[in-house]
This record gives sequence, structure tokens and C-alpha cells, in this order.
Amino acid sequence: MKHSLKWAGAAWLTLLLCMPAAADDLLMARANRMFPEAMTLLQSAISSRGYTVTRLQQVNENLQRREFQSDMYRVVYFGKLEEVRRATARNPDLIPFLPLNITIFAEGDQSILVASHPQMLQEFFPDPELKALFERWEKDMVEIMDEVREEK
Amino acid sequence: MLTHLVLAATLLAGLGMSSAMAGSDGAKLYGRHCAACHGANGDGGIGIPLSLRSFQAGASDDYLSKTIRHGRPGRVMPAFSKLDESEIKAIVRHVRSWNKGASATYTGQHVKGDPVHGKKLFAQYCAACHGADGEGGKGTGVTYSRPRDLPIMAPALHNPGFLAAAPDAMIKATLMHGREGTPMKSFLKQGLKEKDIDDIVSYVREFEKQPLSGSARVLKVENPVIVRDSPYDLETTVENAKRAVSNNNFFYGRVQTLEYGLTAPADENPKQVIVYFCNISLLNQALAIDPRVGMFLPCRITILETNGKVQVMSVNPNVLSRLFNNSELNRLCDEMTKSYTAIVEEATL
Repeated sequence: MKHSLKWAGAAWLTLLLCMPAAADDLLMARANRMFPEAMTLLQSAISSRGYTVTRLQQVNENLQRREFQSDMYRVVYFGKLEEVRRATARNPDLIPFLPLNITIFAEGDQSILVASHPQMLQEFFPDPELKALFERWEKDMVEIMDEVREEK
Repeated sequence: MLTHLVLAATLLAGLGMSSAMAGSDGAKLYGRHCAACHGANGDGGIGIPLSLRSFQAGASDDYLSKTIRHGRPGRVMPAFSKLDESEIKAIVRHVRSWNKGASATYTGQHVKGDPVHGKKLFAQYCAACHGADGEGGKGTGVTYSRPRDLPIMAPALHNPGFLAAAPDAMIKATLMHGREGTPMKSFLKQGLKEKDIDDIVSYVREFEKQPLSGSARVLKVENPVIVRDSPYDLETTVENAKRAVSNNNFFYGRVQTLEYGLTAPADENPKQVIVYFCNISLLNQALAIDPRVGMFLPCRITILETNGKVQVMSVNPNVLSRLFNNSELNRLCDEMTKSYTAIVEEATL
């Protein structure tokens, strides 16, 4: 009886662990740089891969205007026109996830960068024509994060 | 003889090199996957301080490997399902390089105890930090540069990731000896007997048979995008959307095309319009729970016209719960999903 209860517990645990959750869907990097320096590096890493930075969302300023305190915090939006046109023409539901973006904020004298894995979009939009594009976005995003983190 | 010596030397050199490479791979993998939360040198931050001597002494390699593999559902630590076994081993070796002491090993044998008595003791000695249901300390460890009351967040014990990673013997050892440098004190020193500790361990193990704790729950997403067809033309729908935003306690920020900034304004596709909006108080609450949510800022809905058909759409905010693996965002995600749906529906009514 005890033996079967143990098995039931193990089976229940296995089932819970198989639930679609908690995957490593976020790319994160900690740069040993003050925020302004990391921000400059980030924009340079994005541009050097042929992307255009379209906008810098000033999150901390918007919070401070309404008297909420926050560290330096930006969302950097970027993309390539032709890719955006091609992808959204095939699948307009992608628009809410574009342009690509990376969040960057200060933590003391370091900076933290966060982005979602572009490859995750494949799960939501399983269009074989978009697979190669998502994979390249993934590769570029990983390289950008690595570059900002590892820059000496 | 000489040939054997050369072969042996080559083999040893090769082994040395591969061990050094594994070490450097481990450092690189750690830097890429772990350092953002646990700190470059394991001194913690968002995640627990892995270099803490008492943590190193109490955690086995197997516990670390399983924790990397399964994560902690709903508690920020993700499951690194894409890392293979050799990569996980390399990360564990790197983590171990901060401490020269021998790592703990535990048997997989179950501790026999009385879970009914263990439940009473748990309520008395554990619940204040680990939660009445073992759901863990509030805050899920995401504190970043905000003030921290504790050097470590009390982990969720009623969590399938923890229960899969921690054998009974490890839980027992932690209760017996405590964790120096954290609020976890030795239960023996608090006057409990080994039998009492066994009872607590058996109660914690019983969590496996209970329904999933709220803190381990991540919202399911059937459709990542909320979409509604609009009976109006593009311009009218955009105006409707701006009004709907205000009616739902957000302030309307600006209207831009998707291609804004990617090309000259005259060349932008005017049929893909984004309405940006925000509720600063809600934003502040979300950032206080998990500062990473900024990547979905500001709030936005898209209005697009394709072959004369107008649609309104937005990201389903419940996607965030899974993406950030943070159950404390669930309530806000639910609220946001309701608000977004209301805005999208009002704009197309």
C-alpha cells in the first residue's frame, strides 16, 4: 500500500513537472557596466547587426512624473523594415509582438537586460516560412546580449 | 615504453585540457543563463546566493542539476529545458568552483515520520517564513535594487521543482543544521528532537500528493493574441480605441504606425496603427512585483486594415505569467487581460 502511494506521489510530481510552464523563455544578461555605458553598448550592438533603433521608451521618467521612484529604465525597440513587412504580411497577428525590443535597467552600478526569446514566437506562429526568420532573430538577440555582457 | 609514456602524457594533457575547457564552458554558460539573477560570482541578487558557504555545504550536485532542469514553477527560476546534461554539469562544476569544500551527497531513501504531527510542527516552526501551505516567502526573490529585508527569500517547499530536486535526506539535514547566513536556524538548537524533524520532512513530502500550490501556478494561454473584427473603418476604429482606453482607466499616450522609425514617415504603412496607453499606478505595481515586465511597455493595441477588413488586436497579457514564470503576476495578468479585452471589444462594438 505504502509502495503504491509513493508511486502515486512520484507520478503526480512527474505530471506537474510536465505542465507547460516555467520554461526559459526569457533572455537575461547582467552587464558589469553603469547604465549609461551599457545603454550605449546595447544600441551599438543592435545597430551593428543592421537593425534600426526605432524608439527608446523612457520608463523611469514616466514613473517619476507621477511621483513613483525608479532606477534608470528603458525599453529599446528595433527592427528591419523589410523583415517586419514580410513577417506581418504573412501573419498580421505578429504585429502586437513587434518591433523586437530589449529592456534595460540599472541595478546599482550594474545593468540588467531582458528580452523574450524570439524563438518562442515559433510556438505561437508555427508558420514554416517564418521559422528561419525567428531563428535568425534569436541568434542576433543572443549575440547582442552576449556582446553587452562580455564587453571588456 | 617511450611510446606508452608519450601516449599517457598526451592523454593526461588532453584530459587536463578538456577539464579546463569544461570549466570555461561552465563559466560561459553560467554567465549567459544564471549570472543575471544569481550574480556573476554567485553572491545573489534576484536568485539565491549560490556561493554562500552553508548553501554549498548543504546542496548536492544532484540537487543543483535537478533545480536547473526543472526550475521552480511560478517562482521565477525557469526550467532550463534546452540545456543538455553536459551543459548542466558544466554549470554545476562552475558553481562548485567557488567553494573548495566537499559537496553534500544524499541517499534517495524516504524519511519515515508522522506527517500529521509534522503538519502541526510545520505550522508552528516553518509557516511564518515558508507560508502556511509551503508556498514560499512573498516576493519570489525578485527584488533587484529594491530594499531587501532578508538575505534570501524563503523558498517554496510546496513546489514540484523543489520536491523533485530535494531528497528527504537533504530537507532533514537542512532542518537539523540550519543554513548559516540565512534566517533558517537549526531545529535541533530550537529544541526539536530528530523524530520531530522526521515528522516535518514526511509532511513536506506529502505536498507531492496535494493539489498544486497557488504560488506554483502559471496561467495557461490558449491564444497569445486577443483579436476582434471591427465593423468600422480604420480611422473610426482608432478613435474608438482611444476612447475605450480612457473609459477603462488608462491614459492614451500616442498613435504610431508599426513602421514608425523604420522608414521615412511618408513611406510608413498607414494601415498598421498602434495605440499606446498606460496606467501608471498599475505599471508601478507590476514593476514592484517583477521589474522585467517593462519589455511589454507601454500597453498597446494594434488596429490594422487588410483587404478592407479592420481588426483590433493585442498581446494576451496572460502570456506574461508564463514568460516570467512568476505566479505573483497572475492577478495582474488576469486584470490586464480583462481590461485589454474590454478595450478591444469596446473599440469594435
